[in-house]
Amino acid sequence: MSPIPTVGSVYVPSPARVAKVKALTVMEKLFTIELPWGQSLGHQPGQFVEVSLFGIGEAPISISSSPSRSNGVFELCVRKVGDVTGALHGLEEGATIGVRGPMGTGFPVEKFRGKDILFAPGGLGLAPARSLINQVLDERGSFGRVMILYGARNPAELLFKDELEAWRQRSDVEFLVTVDRSDESWTGNVGVITTLFKHVVVNPRNTVAVTIGPPVMYRFVLMELLGKGIPERQIWMSLERRMKCGVGKCGHCQINNLYCCQQGPAFNYAQIKGVEEAI
Amino acid sequence: MSLRMIDKGSMAAFVSNLLQAYEVVGPRAKDSQYAFGRITDYDQLRLDYNTTILPPKKYLLPQEEVLFTFQTEGMSAAPVFDTRPRVIFGVHTCDIHALHLLDAVFATGQRDEHYLERRAATLIVGIECLTPCDEHSFCKSMGTLSASEGFDLHLTDLGDRYAVEVGTPAGEALLARYAANHGAGESEVGLLDKMLSEKWPRFSYRLDFDGNELPALMAVSYKNPIWKELEGRCLACGSCNLVCPTCYCFDVQDRVSMDRKTGERIRVWDSCQLAEFARVGSGENFRKTRAERQRHRFFRKGKYIPDMHGELGCVGCGRCARACLVDITPVGVWNALHKAHTA
Ligand SMILES: Cc1cc2nc3c(=O)[nH]c(=O)nc-3n(C[C@H](O)[C@H](O)[C@H](O)COP(=O)(O)OP(=O)(O)OC[C@H]3O[C@@H](n4cnc5c(N)ncnc54)[C@H](O)[C@@H]3O)c2cc1C
Ligand code: SF4
Ligand code: SF4
Ligand code: FES
Repeated sequence: MSPIPTVGSVYVPSPARVAKVKALTVMEKLFTIELPWGQSLGHQPGQFVEVSLFGIGEAPISISSSPSRSNGVFELCVRKVGDVTGALHGLEEGATIGVRGPMGTGFPVEKFRGKDILFAPGGLGLAPARSLINQVLDERGSFGRVMILYGARNPAELLFKDELEAWRQRSDVEFLVTVDRSDESWTGNVGVITTLFKHVVVNPRNTVAVTIGPPVMYRFVLMELLGKGIPERQIWMSLERRMKCGVGKCGHCQINNLYCCQQGPAFNYAQIKGVEEAI
Repeated sequence: MSLRMIDKGSMAAFVSNLLQAYEVVGPRAKDSQYAFGRITDYDQLRLDYNTTILPPKKYLLPQEEVLFTFQTEGMSAAPVFDTRPRVIFGVHTCDIHALHLLDAVFATGQRDEHYLERRAATLIVGIECLTPCDEHSFCKSMGTLSASEGFDLHLTDLGDRYAVEVGTPAGEALLARYAANHGAGESEVGLLDKMLSEKWPRFSYRLDFDGNELPALMAVSYKNPIWKELEGRCLACGSCNLVCPTCYCFDVQDRVSMDRKTGERIRVWDSCQLAEFARVGSGENFRKTRAERQRHRFFRKGKYIPDMHGELGCVGCGRCARACLVDITPVGVWNALHKAHTA
């Protein structure tokens, strides 16, 4: 299943090279990772890898690059919050890390073709959303309208600023961005992400929404999306849970009966509507 | 499969023969209780034990296990598999059912070769319970008072001999190779039947309903006030998980040498009752309260596991009830849920 050999153990990572490190903000860095022998990761947008640093531990990280741009490398956008992510931030180009994956169930891109797509990522949620956004933009002709509504806490926390600018300039992308709190540099929208929804009119039946962010954001964004009449199974999310194995055994990622690392992390709202622990 | 007989006088030789080729583990006396441990002499083996503090699970999913060793330089890793031939001797039927479930868990989806390789090198010799171990077990309600599969050999004490049910070809070979045994005569078959039917009434049904109804009962019990009530009692110590033969959740940690050049990645038993179990990097905790964590534990046993694997996630061994300092027990909880539902 996985292109990375597991040498009899699903827990042993393969070595991979950090080809490039780029600071995106004070808290987030983008890592370009190269697998040995030019292998391609072969992922779907929405899937993740388990990143290992021996002696420190392992952390699940979403694949941020699009499969359409793989050519032997993939990208991870990592926020520094603790041991593994902190140590990753200390790595230099050329360093070796361990990788297992791709893991989990991503977004069913094939089902999205021909549809209008409304992206609503918040904060770090842009990292996984970007994988799908860039695939959609690279295969632009096979999708309908592309709308991107992005929210961050403040201007300094906006991720992928060059790409945001490129999206803003494209005539075939409807792009809106907002920050919860502005500063002197900011002349754009101010307010939480839900304040952007009044600016877009959608054909609900033909729209797929993809929203990724913290649990509190989901509650409010879901109300907006459902309020626009978008069907439950066309509203997609990615849920974050603690993960210790990524292979459906350790129990940490369980959301009631669902294993987030197996059935997820991408879920549509119909799948998790009655699942109390989901959001 | 077939039924054979071993005279008790031949048991010591059976075990010492096994020791030539296998590591043998079984119930041993420990203070006033029993615990599974290494057997080096037949006299240590206490087949008359009632129950053990920890289940024999520890020989298939050890409390701490090395998944692989590594060198930090170049990130090279070598998986560690424990394939030493081992016989677990004297496993009660509840624990046989529990191991059967663990086999399914680790073989479903992505295969966990660390468990499965160890399992493949392990033979199970069961022993029939003829009297209840104590007031905490409720195997009869959970359908685990007997086992028709999950063992290689299964013994029943007939007084001066053991009846031996052969469960697998590997068990048959073990018997042929290491034990003086003979075929069962008509009177021996009759005696076995008598023992098995006479044992049945000695055990009582402790749930007020059939264990197979648990998934349906749980389905209507999510909002029951009992979870809130457990919130006030549970100490979140995790003992109930640690002693349970069907709990398999684990944590993964790295252990490094002093010079940080080499090390090993290990897995250790974990407990869904601990506050940190479902906390993520952003600080969010998806089962913040003890009520939610208790509910999760009982839903795993009574619904999530049976829905996924077709077997109940609790085998009624009673170990968690014995271990809990505040007397939270599956029988108590499930009977209360049943009462609330039928009231
Ligand atoms: C499917 C998925 C995709 C993710 N994608 C990204 C991403 O693209 N970029 C990114 O920066 N982060 C991502 N995360 C979050 C990231 O996995 C955690 O921030 C990381 O595991 C924390 O590890 P640490 O060793 O740095 O922190 P630790 O030092 O271990 O702990 C810091 C905090 O993180 C929590 N934590 C510990 N282990 C885990 C774990 N295995 N999973 C979640 N939380 C944990 C602890 O409760 C603690 O509060 C993702 C998580 C999941 C489940
Ligand atoms: S939940 Fe309790 S009674 Fe049931 S199998 Fe586990 S320890 Fe035994
Ligand atoms: S053993 Fe009892 S007190 Fe401890 S976590 Fe389990 S239910 Fe709570
Ligand atoms: S991460 Fe271990 S079961 Fe999902």
